[in-house]
Parts: sequence; structure tokens; C-alpha cells
Amino acid sequence: MSSYVITIATIIIINAISVCGLNVIVGYAGQISLGHAAFFGIGAYTAALLATKAGISFWAALPCVITISASIGLLLGIPSLRVRDDFLAITTIGINFIVEAVFLYIPFFGGALGIGGIPRIMLFGSKLRGMGFFWLCLFFLVLVLAFCWWFTRSWAGLACFALREEESAANSMGISPVRIKLLAFMIGTAIAGLGGALYAHYMRFISATDFSFPVSIAFLSMLVLGGMGSLWGPVLGALILGILPELFRPIVEYRILVYTLLLLLMIRFQPGGLLGEVSFLRKRLVPLLKGLKP
Amino acid sequence: MHLFFEQLLNGIAMGSIYALVTLGLALVYGILRILHVAHAAVYTVGSYVGLFIFQATGSLLLAFLGGMVFCAGLGILIERFIYFPLLKYPPYVPLIASIAVMLAIEEVCRLIAGPYILTFPAKLPFPELHLGTITLSSTLVAVYVITAIVLLLLWLVTTKTEMGLAMRATSQDIAIADAMGINSHFVVTVTFIIGSAIAAIAGILVGIYYNQVYPTMGTVPAYKTLALIVVGGLGSVPGAVVASLLLGLGETLLIGYANVPLPRDALAFIAMIGVLMWRSEGLLGSR
Repeated sequence: MSSYVITIATIIIINAISVCGLNVIVGYAGQISLGHAAFFGIGAYTAALLATKAGISFWAALPCVITISASIGLLLGIPSLRVRDDFLAITTIGINFIVEAVFLYIPFFGGALGIGGIPRIMLFGSKLRGMGFFWLCLFFLVLVLAFCWWFTRSWAGLACFALREEESAANSMGISPVRIKLLAFMIGTAIAGLGGALYAHYMRFISATDFSFPVSIAFLSMLVLGGMGSLWGPVLGALILGILPELFRPIVEYRILVYTLLLLLMIRFQPGGLLGEVSFLRKRLVPLLKGLKP
Repeated sequence: MHLFFEQLLNGIAMGSIYALVTLGLALVYGILRILHVAHAAVYTVGSYVGLFIFQATGSLLLAFLGGMVFCAGLGILIERFIYFPLLKYPPYVPLIASIAVMLAIEEVCRLIAGPYILTFPAKLPFPELHLGTITLSSTLVAVYVITAIVLLLLWLVTTKTEMGLAMRATSQDIAIADAMGINSHFVVTVTFIIGSAIAAIAGILVGIYYNQVYPTMGTVPAYKTLALIVVGGLGSVPGAVVASLLLGLGETLLIGYANVPLPRDALAFIAMIGVLMWRSEGLLGSR
């Protein structure tokens, strides 16, 4: 494979990991979040700072990155407890803008220059690059997917679904909305932090604009497109929105326009996502798969 | 003191412009419960159309009228073909659609007019005012006067006319308004016409005020106005105006005096989160 394809594939997988985290918050627990890039960024900055300033290796830093992302997710999840739906959407947009501003304006985070010189990840004494890094990301994606699969079958996962469908009913069944929402926020932001750490070590240079609000929109678009609440939705969404811009590369001038129009058409005519419960793809696929089984 | 008053006057002008953009958003949210992010793109389009008409004819009046008509049309198109069919879905669906519309319109502006900053060398036909040692430029006077007229007209329309009554009824409950014989879809269309036309006015005013028109001029207002309608109370038009004026003043004065290490654009959101924690229905909102 050419390095071009490997780069695109690695980025798609990193995005898919992060969107899996968003799926826990939005798809499972039904809490809209338009600030996911902020948590992706918090993971990336934590990993970058630990690697460049403290000289800690990726593997030693990883638990730390995940803990910090999850705690900040928990902290920023608290304002979200008071608000719902549209308020929550705007609050999370606000969180994204504030976090980006902090990265950009506080010298500790590198300011406008960002953080450079992030070392490559070492595995068994060799530096990971190209294909090696791709496999590492794929490994983490499989891990995250396995975790999500397990989560949807756990008590907490089922509580999330109940909360998504009807908060007051779930509450009366003895599910604490506060706990479950915060749990979903924590898991989602921890996964985003993992994605961010991989991103930082792959790019080896990060700056605040990598985690600005449009990135959050891209994440949410991937999730909506793939299908919220489904296990494979985030992967499919990241794949489609990762490949499309590359396909449109020949039409340089009109690339973003075509891309946004396609996004608009999809959300307009297939708002449940491609793997959502009422999508045309699923309507055709499910009978087909059932037909295969005896 | 002199500098302080100048800052104050500039702050009020900023606030007035915010108010003009936020009005449309508050109106639309009041009726459809949709976060109309694409409103900021309508504002950008208004600025461009105004500029092109001004360049072609040299008449500012025609520029304002043309911009308003064009934006009203654009508003109707967005409402009919994007929002209306998506009303039955959860709120994030129209929100994402709205963001996609905004990005698409920005791209169209960039493709048609080019990515560079165009100048808007118009002079508004208002006199300069001298208050003691302070001089109000004609642009500043124009911003005040036009905002005041727009707000007054809007207040008259919503409180004194039958259409305004229908608008208020529809914003309370679409289904019941329908049952009372109000053509709610028509009311929604009128709301979009009013909001979009005001956005065009705001766009042209901003173009002249900063002497700049560029494709991404709507990006920052797009999200800042969201914070403003939350601070004002979602769907409350007076609240949106108050919040806009306060933010305009706060931004100008804080940046001028306190050495805030954050960019002014984050300020709106910090204020918003503060308001949400303290009074989650907003300054003038009601539950």
C-alpha cells in the first residue's frame, strides 16, 4: 500500500475511535454533544505534554491520558446535567470554544505555535511508523468496539438506553439519571482522549485549530451518517466521511461544496443514519441476512 | 473618561449589530424550536448582495432593499426545503442540517465572490454628531438609528397587528394555533421573511462598519448568537436584544480595560455557561 493510502486509513481509524466515544454519549445515553473535539483535543494535548515535557513514553502515559480525559469529561459533564436538548447542544458548543481558546491563549499549551516534536510510539524497541502505526490504531479500535459491545449488554448500558428513550420513566425505575449521564460522559470522553493521544503521536505536531468546533461537527456528522447507537455506525461514518473528500480531490474548487451538499442530502433524506433503524440500507440488509440463516 | 465613553459607544454599536443578527434566530427558535445556525450564512449573503447592488447602482437604498428581498427568499427556501420536512425528527437532525446549509452557503459565496476580503466603500447618509468632545461618526449614528427603527417596527408588528398575534400564538403551541384557524405554515414563512430581512440589514451594516465583506464573516456570529439566545432566554426576543447589548458592551469594555487572557469570542460562551448555572431559563426567559 502506498503511504498516501496508509495515512488516510490511519486517520479514518483514529476518527472512528473518537466517534465511538461520541456514540456512547449521544447514541447510547441520548445526550447531544457538539463539543467532542474538545475532549479529543484534551487527550491529544495531555499525551503531547507528557511526551515532550515529561519525557514519558506513550505506554506509560496512556493510563494517565485516559484518566485525565475522563476526569475533565466528568467535570465538564456537570454543567450538562442541568440542561437538556437544545441547551445541551449549545453548552457543548460553548465548551468546545472555551477549551480551544485555552489551548490557544495559555502559553503552557504552546499557544498559537502548538506543540511539536512529539516522539513516535515505541513498541518492542522499534519506532512505529506507517503500517505499524496503522495496526496499532486498528488494535485500539477493536478494543474500543469490544468494550462498546460489552457496554451495551451491561446493566449500565441498558440503563443508558432507558434514559435515552424516556428520562422520567427511567428515573422511576430506579435509574439515577445523574450517575448514568456522568458515566456516559466519562466513558465517551475517555475514548475520545485515547483517540486524541493516538492522533498526537501520529501527527507529531498539534495546535489548537486541530480541535476546533468544525471537527466536532465532523465527528457528529460521522456518527449521524453511520447510525447513532449502532455498534458499527461510527466506523461506517468515519469511513465514508474519510474517503469522500479524497474522492473529490480532482474537483479541487468544488470539493467542500460537494461534500457539504452530500452531508445535507444524507441528513435530509436519511436522518437516522445509514445503519439506523429505519434506513433503506438496513431495510434491505436485514431480510437478506435473515434469509441466509437456515 | 473620554476613551471610556468612546468605548461605551462602540460597545453599544457592537451590541446593536449582535441584536440584529440574534433577532432572527430568536424569532425562528420561538416558533420552530430549531437552532437556525444557517441564519449567519443568510447574513453573509445579505452583505454580499448589498455590496453587489451598491457597486452596480451606487444606491444604498437599493442595496438594502435588494439584500432584504434576496435574503427573505433564501430564508423561505431554507425553511421549506430543509427545516419543514425535518421537524418530526429529534432536534439534532435539523441542527446538523442547518450547519451543513451554512457551510454550503459559505462555499457558494467563496466560489462566486472569491476568498478575499472585499471593501464596502459606502457612506451612510447620516450626520456626524458632536457631544462635547466626543464625536459620533455617521456610521455609528446609522447603526444606532437603523437598529432602533428595526426594533420599533418589530415590536409594533408583534404586539399591535393580527399577524403578530398569530406569531405569538404559533410560538406557544403550533397544533393549537392551527386548531384556532391560524395558518401556522404561513406564519412560519412570515417569521423567516422578517428574520432573514433583518439579517440582511445587519450584514450590510457590518460590511460598512468594518468596511469588509468576506465569505466566512458569518462563522463567529453563527455560534455566538446561539450563546446569546440562551443568555436571553430561548425564544425570547427582548431577552435576545438585552443579551446582545450586554455582550457588545462587555466585550468592548473588558477587552479595553481588563487584560483578559481569553479571546473575546470565548467570552460569550463563558457568560452563557454562567447564566445557565445561575438562571437556566435565561435573563428574560420564562419556563
